[in-house]
This record gives sequence, C-alpha cells and structure tokens, in this order.
Amino acid sequence: MNRAGPMRNQGASRRFVLLCLAVGLLSVAAPFLFPAIVKQLSIFWVMVIVAYTWDTMGGQLGYNSFGNIVFFGAGIYVSAIIQIAPFTNMRDYTAAGEEGAALTLTMAQYLGGLAPGLVAAAAIGFVLAIAFGFVILGLRGHYFAIGTLALGIFVAQIFANWEYVGAGSGIIMPELPGRGRASDQEKSLLFYFLCLLLAGATIFFLRWLYTTRFGLAINAIRDDEDKAEAMGIATTLYKVAAWSVSGFFLGICGALYGNIVRFVDPEETAFDGPGLGVWMVLMAVLGGKGSLWGPLIGAVLFHATKELLWTYLLGFQNIALGLLVVIIVVFFPEGIMGWIRARWPALVGERVDASAQSQAAR
Amino acid sequence: MPITRMTAVALASVGLIGTIAAPASAKVEGDTIVLGAAVSKSGKYSTNGKYTMNGYNLAVERLNAMGGVSVGGKAYKLKIIYYDDESRGARGAQLAERLINQDKVKFMLGPYSSGLTKAIVPITEKYKIPMVEANGASRSLFTKGYKYLFAVLSTSEQYLASAIALAAEKAEAAGRKPSSLKVALAFENDPFSQDVRAGVIDDAKRFGMKIVVDGRLPRDLSDMKGILQKVKLVKPDILAISGHAKGAALAIRQIAALRVNVPMLAMTHCDSAKVIKKFGKDAEFALCASQWAPTLSYKDKVFGSAGDFSKLYEDKFGEAPPYQAAESAAAVLVYADAFQRAGSFDTAKLRDALAATRMQTFYGNIKFDAAGKNTAKPMVLYQIQDGQYKVVAPTKWASSKLRHPTPSWDKR
Amino acid sequence: MLENFQLLAENPVGLLNLIIDGIMIGAVFALIAYGMALVWGVMNIINLTQGEYVIFGGFVAFYTAGEWTLTIDAIGVSLTWPGVHALWALIVAPAVLYAVGWGVYRLVIFRIVDRDMFTSILATFGISILLQQFMNSVFTADDVIARHGMGTWSAWRTDMGELAIERVRIVALAFALVVGGFLAFYLKNTRDGQAIRAVAQNARAARLMGIDADRVYARTYALNAALCGAAGVLVSMTLTIHAFTGLIYTVRAFMIVIIAGLGNVTGVIVAGLGLGAGEKVAEFLIGTSYQVAFVTGLLLVVLLYRSVRLAMRRRYLA
Repeated sequence: MNRAGPMRNQGASRRFVLLCLAVGLLSVAAPFLFPAIVKQLSIFWVMVIVAYTWDTMGGQLGYNSFGNIVFFGAGIYVSAIIQIAPFTNMRDYTAAGEEGAALTLTMAQYLGGLAPGLVAAAAIGFVLAIAFGFVILGLRGHYFAIGTLALGIFVAQIFANWEYVGAGSGIIMPELPGRGRASDQEKSLLFYFLCLLLAGATIFFLRWLYTTRFGLAINAIRDDEDKAEAMGIATTLYKVAAWSVSGFFLGICGALYGNIVRFVDPEETAFDGPGLGVWMVLMAVLGGKGSLWGPLIGAVLFHATKELLWTYLLGFQNIALGLLVVIIVVFFPEGIMGWIRARWPALVGERVDASAQSQAAR
Repeated sequence: MPITRMTAVALASVGLIGTIAAPASAKVEGDTIVLGAAVSKSGKYSTNGKYTMNGYNLAVERLNAMGGVSVGGKAYKLKIIYYDDESRGARGAQLAERLINQDKVKFMLGPYSSGLTKAIVPITEKYKIPMVEANGASRSLFTKGYKYLFAVLSTSEQYLASAIALAAEKAEAAGRKPSSLKVALAFENDPFSQDVRAGVIDDAKRFGMKIVVDGRLPRDLSDMKGILQKVKLVKPDILAISGHAKGAALAIRQIAALRVNVPMLAMTHCDSAKVIKKFGKDAEFALCASQWAPTLSYKDKVFGSAGDFSKLYEDKFGEAPPYQAAESAAAVLVYADAFQRAGSFDTAKLRDALAATRMQTFYGNIKFDAAGKNTAKPMVLYQIQDGQYKVVAPTKWASSKLRHPTPSWDKR
Repeated sequence: MLENFQLLAENPVGLLNLIIDGIMIGAVFALIAYGMALVWGVMNIINLTQGEYVIFGGFVAFYTAGEWTLTIDAIGVSLTWPGVHALWALIVAPAVLYAVGWGVYRLVIFRIVDRDMFTSILATFGISILLQQFMNSVFTADDVIARHGMGTWSAWRTDMGELAIERVRIVALAFALVVGGFLAFYLKNTRDGQAIRAVAQNARAARLMGIDADRVYARTYALNAALCGAAGVLVSMTLTIHAFTGLIYTVRAFMIVIIAGLGNVTGVIVAGLGLGAGEKVAEFLIGTSYQVAFVTGLLLVVLLYRSVRLAMRRRYLA
C-alpha cells in the first residue's frame, strides 16, 4: 500500500515543483485579489491544516481519531489565556455580569501576547498528545475511534465548566489595536499569512517526515501493527510521536483560529466535535487518506462545497452537508487521490506493468 | 496534460471563490434604507429567532405603510437583509462580516441571544457600524466599551431582581428577616443565563440571603432530576432557574414529577416555553420574568398601545406576541426615530443620534446610557395564576397580588 | 461536593429516589444498547446513528400526543390531529422507525456491510448528521416533550422525605423488560430469530444453508431502529427531545455494549440499569453540569480498563 513514497521520476518532481509554485503564488496573491473574503481564505488554510494533521493519524498511522479537536481547542484556550491574563484579571474579564472588564491593548502588548500564545499553544498540543497518547493509543481500531470521540466531548465539557476561562459564557478575544476598517483589514491580512505560513510549514514538514524512517515505521504500524511490533518497532513510541506531531500543529492552528473568530465558545468553537472534529476526517477521506495531496484536495473541495451550499441552498445546507458526508464515505472511500491512482497511476509516480494494468483499480 | 488538468482545477477553485465573493446587493440606499441582521432561522434558537424576525418585519411593514421614515425632508422605506446564523456564534460573526463587507450594510439589527450578540459585536465595532439589538441581555456586552452597540431590552441582572425583592418583602411581612432566606440556583451554562445568575447572586447578597444550591445546567440538558432532588432535600425558600425555553419546560415538568416544594419558583422564558399550554395546573404559582406585557400602558405613534401591538401581531401571525417579538419591533422603531433626528445616513451622526434617544414605545421607555443599555425600562414579573400570566411586579403595573407561598404538592 | 455526600447520607429516601429514577431511565438505555449490540453482532457495524433514531422516535411520540393541523394550500386540504395519549406512540414509533431503518439500510447500509469498521462508523455518523438536520428543519428545532399527564406516584411520605416516582417511568421499565424478554424469546425460538443468530455466527455458512443474509441484515437494522424508536418515545415522555442531542444516547449505548459484551442479554440489562442509576447519583454528587462529562469519562475508563486487561493477558501469554 505504498502511497506517499517520494516521487521517483523526473517528470513527477518537476511537475510537483511547478504545482507548488502555482499554488504558492495564488495563495500569496489571493488576499489582495479577493479582499472581501480574506477571513474565509484564512479559515480555508485552517481546514487544510486540520485535514493534514488528521491524515497523519488516520491515513499514515491508521488510527482514525475523532478527537483531534482536543488539541485544536486546547490551543485556542491556552493562547487566549496568554493573550489576556498578563494584561488584566482573567477571572473578571471572563465573568458574566458587571465585572466583565474591557480590554484594550497596545500593539506591543497584542503581539507580545500573540507570539508566546502561539508557542504555548503548540506546546500544549504537543504535551496533551503525549499525555493522552500513552493512555489512549493502546486502544485499537474502532475502540480508538469512539474513545477519541468520547475524549473530545469530555474535554469540551471540562472547559465548558472551567470558570477561569469563562465556562459557558465564552471568551471575547482581544482585538488588534486600532479602530476602523483599515485596522480590520490589517488584522485579517496578518492572520491570513500566519495561517498560510503554518499550512505551508505543516505540509512540507509532514511531507519530509513521511520520507524518513519514521514515515516507514508508522506506515508499517498501519499495515499490520502486530507484525511491526514483532519486527522490533517500538510501536507505542511511534504512535505517540505521530500524535504529538499532529497535536503540535493543531495547537498553533487553534490559536490562530481563535483570534480570527474573535469569540471563543467551548462547545461550538473550540471543541466542536460534530463540526470541525468530523470535517477534518471527511476532508482527508474525500481527498484520499494517506496520500500527499489528498488532504489539500479534500479541503479545497469540502470548503468550497460547504460555502456554496450555504450561499445557494440556505435552509437546507446542513441536510445537504450530511448527504455529502454519506456520499463521500460510501462512494469515495479511497478519495479523489484513490480515484486518480486507479485511473491514472502514472500521475502519482506509480509504474504499472501492462499486464497488471487491469488490476490497477482498487 | 497533467498541468492543464491541475490548472483547470485551480481555475475552477478560483471561480468558485469568485462566486462566493461576489457581492449580493450593492446599494445601501436609493429610496430604501437597508438594514442587516443575522438571525437564527435554524438551530437551537430558531423559535425565538423567528419571533425576532417577526418583530423586525412587523415594524418595517408598519412604518412603510405609514409613509416610511423621513430623513432630511425625504421619505424612505425600510428593508432588512437577513441571513441565517444557525444559532452559532462563529457563523453569525461570519455573516456580519458578509453583511458589512459584501452587502455594504451600514446599519445592523441584533441577533437572538447574548451569545450570538457577543460574537457579532466585535465586528460591528471594528467597522463602526451601529447595531441596535433587542435580544442580547448579558451585561458583559456593555462593559467592554463598545460605542456602537445599543440594546432596547433590560439587561439580564434585572430579570429576577423583583422576585428576590418580593420574597424579601414577604419574609418581612411574615416576621422573618430577609437574610434568613435560602436561595437555590439552577442556571444554564450560557452567557445569558449565567448573567441572570450573577444578577440574582448580587441581589441575594444585598439582602444577606444564603445561596444553598448553585447548579450549572449543561447546554444539552435533558434531565434536571439530580439538582431538583438536592433542592428537595435542602428545602430553600426561593428556587431561581434560567435555561431558556428548554430549562423552563423541563423545570416545571420535573418539579411536578418529583413533587419539589418551594415557596417561590422564579424562572425566565416561561412564555416562550408555553408552560401554561403544556403543563396546565402544574405551572401554577410560577413566577416568570418578562421584558414586556401586553397589559402595560405604554404607547407610541406607530403601534399605539401595547395591547394594540399585541392585537396586530396576533392578527398577522396567529398567536400572541412573546416579548422577543415586541422588543425586536421596538429596535426598528428606535432606528426610525434616530434616522429622523439625525437627518442623515452618516454612521457617526446616526450613532450620536441613537445615543441621545429618549422615547416611549409600546414596548416601554427607551433611553440609552453611556454603555448603550436601556436604563428606562423595568422588567416585568408575571405569576401564573388560574392559567394566565398576571403581572405582579413592579407595583406600578401590577394587575394582581402575588400568591405566596406556593402551597405544597399534596395540597394542590 | 462533600456536602452532597452528606445530604445523601442523611436522606436515604432521597438516595433511593435517585437510584430508582436512574434504574428506570437505565432500562431505556438498555433497550438502545440492545439494538446496537444486535446490529454490531450480526452485521459488524457500529451504528452511530443510534441516538438519532431515538430522537426520531421521540418526535413521533410528540406528534402523536400533540394536537396539530397540517394545511396543504396547494390542494386546499387541512388535516387536524387531536392528539392521543402518548403511550399509543409505543406502537406508532417503532412502526415508523422500522420503515426508516429499512429505508436507510436499502439506501446506504447495504453498501458498507462488507467494509471495514471505520467506514461503517463514518457512514453511520454521516447519516446521523443528515437525520439531525432533517429533524431540525422538518420537525422543529425546539426541545419537545410528549405530554402524557400520567402524574407522579408518591410513596413513603415520611419526615425523612418523600419517594416520588413518575408513573410513566414505571411504564418505561415494564415496557423495556417486556420487550427485552420478547426479543430474547424471538431470537431463540422463532425461525426468523434463529436466522439472525445464524448470520451473526457465520454469514457465509448461513447463506450456504439457504438464509438470505441480505434480508436478515435489513431486518436486523430495521429492528434496531424500531427499538430505538420505542426508546425514544419513552425518552420524550420522561426527559426532553431535541434534534441535536442524540449523540449522548449513542455513547451510552456503546458503553453498555462494551461493558456487557456482545451476546450477553442479561449483561446489557444490568449494565443499562447500572449506568442509569450511576448517572443519577453521580449527577447529584458532582453536579448537573458534569452529566455529559461523567458519561464520556466513564466510557473512557471502561475502554481503558478493557484495553489494559487485554494487554496484561497478551503479556502473560507472550
């Protein structure tokens, strides 16, 4: 099941580089070409990141996690705490009622809170993945899937009851200083490029990671864990490491998301299991689990479809979304990349004998 | 070949993005003043979102029928662009941006619920777009220094204040000290209910009352028996509950089921939960906070009296208006009045005109303080007596006397 | 929290009331778990749509018990339903849900029966999202309950407190036990039931013996939906129903199945009742806001306990 091995032939490499350049140029130009939807585009990159980090677990490691949202949400909250707490009494700020104080930051304070916030978010994602990982990665298959689903809900409830971060009242994130349209554009651009940067970092890091021994090891675990263990691979360590890589990027991603969305709610924004928590799975599946371009393609298609449904099918958009989910899972379990591999194997760098061509469809 | 295919995909994506980015309607004015609103047409707040929309629409219809709004000597009609926020804050915020950036709306009406208002207001503030809201009562909306937010409704801490005051009054009349009263709280874990709770705690503290139960109800609450059992064992004098319509319905039903005896039960959202219709006798004696009552004697030139509004609403929508609809209609009246006084569509001038509002509407008196909340309208307290809502507080508007204490279940 | 312990210690009647309430609602959970175990055992599918079938059943009960008018302007027809006693829904809802389950099977499930667990989990999750949104748009987004007016049975009124038990919960418990017993009988003694068990044991062999596995699958899935529907009626009469609150029932059912094991009918009942009682007492002690956290946390504990035991056994054998 060799999926994401390095492209061996010259043509593929050149194509790859050109593609990256094209996508890269488009991505950098996009906020200037479509200034009205910069926020939407930032969220698109967030979707790309969550799809890729999910794919590390589901596609490469073979552990289908429904709880990756935990790291995302933790990142949002940790960053929020670091961005707010040093400058005002956090408890008062998030309290319901009269004591909810106002918060105006200077640019220095804002950035001085954001930067450590992002770092801390990465750290919390990493640490939580290790903490939960050693415990929960012992579960296999569907137990792991449902166990992580339960974990996601559980963590959401804990945060929903934590008064320090406002419990159910949520947190209003601090604003980039300056008022008016210009400042909002500035902020949108700042976060767009941060998201783009993170997405690029995630994709290239993961791409590199999958070419190393680490990548081979986790693929081995996916293919047959007991054999891998018998071969001497320290499966637990590799599994935890994979999850902590996901957690790392998800944490930062969450922190950025919280700032873009401005109002953080434990059950709807941060730990939105039935929402973002499931969409990350769908995007990866739609694009093609375990493939390199899969999550990106999946994210593009899913995000675009979702937005189209919202614009044109208002009132029934969610039913349509549910239908889309079912269709993806039932009819495209191998995803777009799987379909491409079946039809045009040469495109993904696979060499197929003429005699074996008929068996190429999986 | 492959590059062409990929380029095609890329172009298609750009095209997709383009269709999403295309602005819906461009002009803000012409002969029509365009207002924008994100309301909950679906999701958990959809029932109240519908009432909000009904209120907005009824007011716009009425104003247009009466000749529109006169600004600088010219008459303009009103129109509202709606989007469905699905009862989710993130969605509401996104739609607010869309309304402001793409639809070029310059005047916003509020969504339903404090949570959604909380999610949207940072955006309207950023863009300096005035927002007059009628359904977000949480005080924390008004402590953040927002300059463009105005709320016609009474803020949440006032919801149950008169209930606590009445309890203290009755205690004194019975020869007990108000500080000897025990208060039990059960509040949903969302911005609005938690705010009401903060208000109740403040009031209780002022009288020196003791809080003996302080329960936080989860948002997907389906069963309150645990906390009601505790209330049953602890025997408080007052039980205050707020959990939107679901909390109200569940509370009435389970209090009857578990036969919890409390001398005073004070709740919010009884009318939107339709507790009388659903539970009949079990709902008797419950106290309900309301922003408005059709029996109040406020009046204005657009709708007439509160009773007139109620009749108009009932004729059009087939049921009596819950207060959510009334306050939403009032928000539109505030805009109309502000436009007329400002004599211009400049948002800064309009904002100042809004801040200087001093008017009486069928819904109540409206005067905004520096933070944007309405300080001129008191909350109303109903009690369910003989299958009807009777106003028992404030005394000026009371039509009945409070029946207290609530008799125990074996005597009912 | 300590004071809550104290309260219970001082008021044994209150504790008893909590436990009895819990047991009664636990019986409903057991019903849902039973259905899930059936589908899991026979088709090897973990049906994450379970909770949504429950909610659907609840809505059916709501519409059966309530009065409503349906007006179709296009043909100028107006139908009024006066509302009957909610208990009639115990017949209507399972029938409706059986049809729904059958439909879902014929449209989607039959395609994923042979696939891996993950696909079935994701697919049934997708169907659950679809159903949720459908119910939210087509039925209502409100929280609803089915009126039954059956009142409360009050017993044991002493100075120490009062035992108040809703009559409808007694009905729920009785119904769950009867249905459970009937199902056990059905599976053991009727040909159809035996066919189901045969397919569960070895689908290929069953086919060889002439059993139409596909029909068995359809029946099993529809039966599961019907069970959930019945459970939903009971839920709407005792708790509240809302389009988006189905997931927690799925989680509970999954937990009960795991604790009890797939073939174990008595285990499912005991685990269900135990979970119900445990939840109520825990809710009292820890606080209502941790209701959901308790259930999901418990599931995690159960899963981990299981995995640790398996790992120890593996190590022992290694």
